[in-house]
Amino acid sequence: MPGKITLEIDGVQIEADQGQYLIDAADNAGVYIPRLCHKPGLEPYGSCRLCTVVVNGRHCSACTTPVANNMVVENATENLQDFRKMIVEMLFVEGNHFCMFCEKSGNCELQGIAYRLGITAPQFPYLWTKKEVDASHPDILIDHNRCILCARCVRTSKDLDGKHVFDFTERGDKKKISVNSSARLAGTDVDITDQALDSCPVGALLRKREGYQVPVGQRLYDLKPIGTNIESPSTDNDKK
Amino acid sequence: MVASNTNPKSKRIVIQPVTRVEGHGKVTILLDENNKVKQARLHIVEFRGFERFIQGRPFWEMPVVVQRLCGICPVSHHLCAAKAIDQIVGGENLTPPAEKLRRLMHYGQTFQSHSLHFFHLASPDLLFGFNADPSIRNIIGVAAEYPELAKQGILMRKFGQEVIKATSGKKIHGTGAIPGGMNKNLSIHERDELLKDIDQMVQWSHGALNIAKNYTLEHMDTALEFGTFESNHMSIIREDGAMDLYNGGLRAIDKDGNKIFDHVDNQKYTDIIAEEVKNWSYMKFPFIKSIGTENGWYRVGPLSRVNTCDFIDTPEAEAARIEFKDITGGKPNHLTLAYHWARMIEVLHSIEKIKELLHDPDLQGKDLVTKGDRRDEGIGVIEAPRGTLFHHYKVNKDDQVTMCNLIVSTTSNNEAMNRAVQKVAEDHLSGQPEITEGMLNHVEVATRAYDPCLSCATHDMAQMPLKVTLLNVDGQVIDERIKQ
Repeated sequence: MPGKITLEIDGVQIEADQGQYLIDAADNAGVYIPRLCHKPGLEPYGSCRLCTVVVNGRHCSACTTPVANNMVVENATENLQDFRKMIVEMLFVEGNHFCMFCEKSGNCELQGIAYRLGITAPQFPYLWTKKEVDASHPDILIDHNRCILCARCVRTSKDLDGKHVFDFTERGDKKKISVNSSARLAGTDVDITDQALDSCPVGALLRKREGYQVPVGQRLYDLKPIGTNIESPSTDNDKK
Repeated sequence: MVASNTNPKSKRIVIQPVTRVEGHGKVTILLDENNKVKQARLHIVEFRGFERFIQGRPFWEMPVVVQRLCGICPVSHHLCAAKAIDQIVGGENLTPPAEKLRRLMHYGQTFQSHSLHFFHLASPDLLFGFNADPSIRNIIGVAAEYPELAKQGILMRKFGQEVIKATSGKKIHGTGAIPGGMNKNLSIHERDELLKDIDQMVQWSHGALNIAKNYTLEHMDTALEFGTFESNHMSIIREDGAMDLYNGGLRAIDKDGNKIFDHVDNQKYTDIIAEEVKNWSYMKFPFIKSIGTENGWYRVGPLSRVNTCDFIDTPEAEAARIEFKDITGGKPNHLTLAYHWARMIEVLHSIEKIKELLHDPDLQGKDLVTKGDRRDEGIGVIEAPRGTLFHHYKVNKDDQVTMCNLIVSTTSNNEAMNRAVQKVAEDHLSGQPEITEGMLNHVEVATRAYDPCLSCATHDMAQMPLKVTLLNVDGQVIDERIKQ
């Protein structure tokens, strides 16, 4: 049984377990820290930087920082929210995200966070980079236009599915998800039951022919903002 | 905008944009040295490009992405694409709840779109006159002078939008229709909310019909000549000859009402219809193949549907149709201004259909999706508010769209609108030394009767200036007016 410690987030005292990561401790205490690359069940990754908080005056990612006794954490400050907005806006302009017809709309974490942060339009110019759709697999599709390079599929396939279907290739603005077959997705051993398919926070990795089956009004974030499941675990969202 | 003169002895008038229509268009009128109209054309100046940029997208996106063509009647594109994609998944034989829910959405759409056009776009011309002061001749003027009527128009459109929301999830750009069916049924609560207002809507629809009918009858001298010409008419038609806005075979009639073709399987539309391209418009010119480009053009929309159908299967709209047909002794009605009357007959028909469907327990059914053998091609045809709409897709083995062809309703009316513009220009502008705002509005009224959807909404003169320039034979500007 790990020992209990106490820390402070935005002036509120919370209790945490020794060895816990800060984001998990905040979740348990009902404090939402925005995140995209972090997913329960996967090892901490710290790539999207959306969960950046200020701990004892120093910026660090909440998903890779273990808790310590008497930590003083800033989370929902104006500065940090502006910082997060900037990250999300850069993701929107780097990819080709057309929420108005995307089948992940309403269930998309990127869209959900943008709404929660009050983003109406990105302040940066769109890059309009030409990106591919790999529809070669009979049941699964990768739309690179929407990929935010969070590596959740990479890690889930490797660590939970035991396959290592996905990984990154190239660098910088050419970095992209690739698959372990020269015959594209069709040549891999990815399967429609793989957990990796459910790990994608956006509409990049999809099961084919399933789009739009949930009516508008009944989708995950139609009625309550993303993070509500953490802040009020009794809601319908608490399973996600 | 001033276009260049290729002939030094002619001069050109440009009306840009045409106002109180959906989208962006302009009219050019070419005058000879005696100020007689030589040529008048309606140009569609937008390029949308949907047929190209959806290539490579997965086919199940089509009903949701292609509806973004329009913000006024997106349901028509949503359902027409869904009908085409149904065939890709082998689900074209919808379950009764799914087909009835789609019909309900479609009648809601027709009701709101027709109401919007009649009250917001057309009524200022009909209530105040074509030559009235433009500062009054708009929806704000209608609201000031006829507040009850303006309120009815707004609430009728709202009701149609509520029907759409209840069936598609949103008032604009919903997702209700999915390949092979629907993603939701109509709850008892949603049904009861709509039923609360239904009788009021029926009553107001009668009122609107009476305004359109009485206007036409009281101005028959004007209507007989105003942009009027004989033409072929086309629509889809139910197997028994009834008007059907959602499904049926293709029927075309000539100017005397003789059938050119009838109950043609709409999957074979390319056997009977082709499109001609002209170098001065982004809009194609469809024509009936068996007649050819010269005389094979046809009209679509409310006037054509009332002309082509044998009857309407709702009693009050059928009574209105009979009254309408009596005017021409049962022959096709070719009056451009009669589009308004026909449109309001369809408003009444739509609200009758909505009422009928709301009492059908199938709408609470749960068997909403059907699928069968996968195919690589699908064709959807539907009667959009503005006329017959075609969506045609081909997909590859990876489920990506490789070809898309859309024939939108306004395209089919392209030749007719150009003829209407030409005739009104000849009748009202020819030989006039000076341009007046009222004269120009006559040209716009002729276009407006067809309720053209040139893409999105641009019916606010305050935001979109109308600029008309008159040049002399040397190309010098001799008169110019700008409406803000």
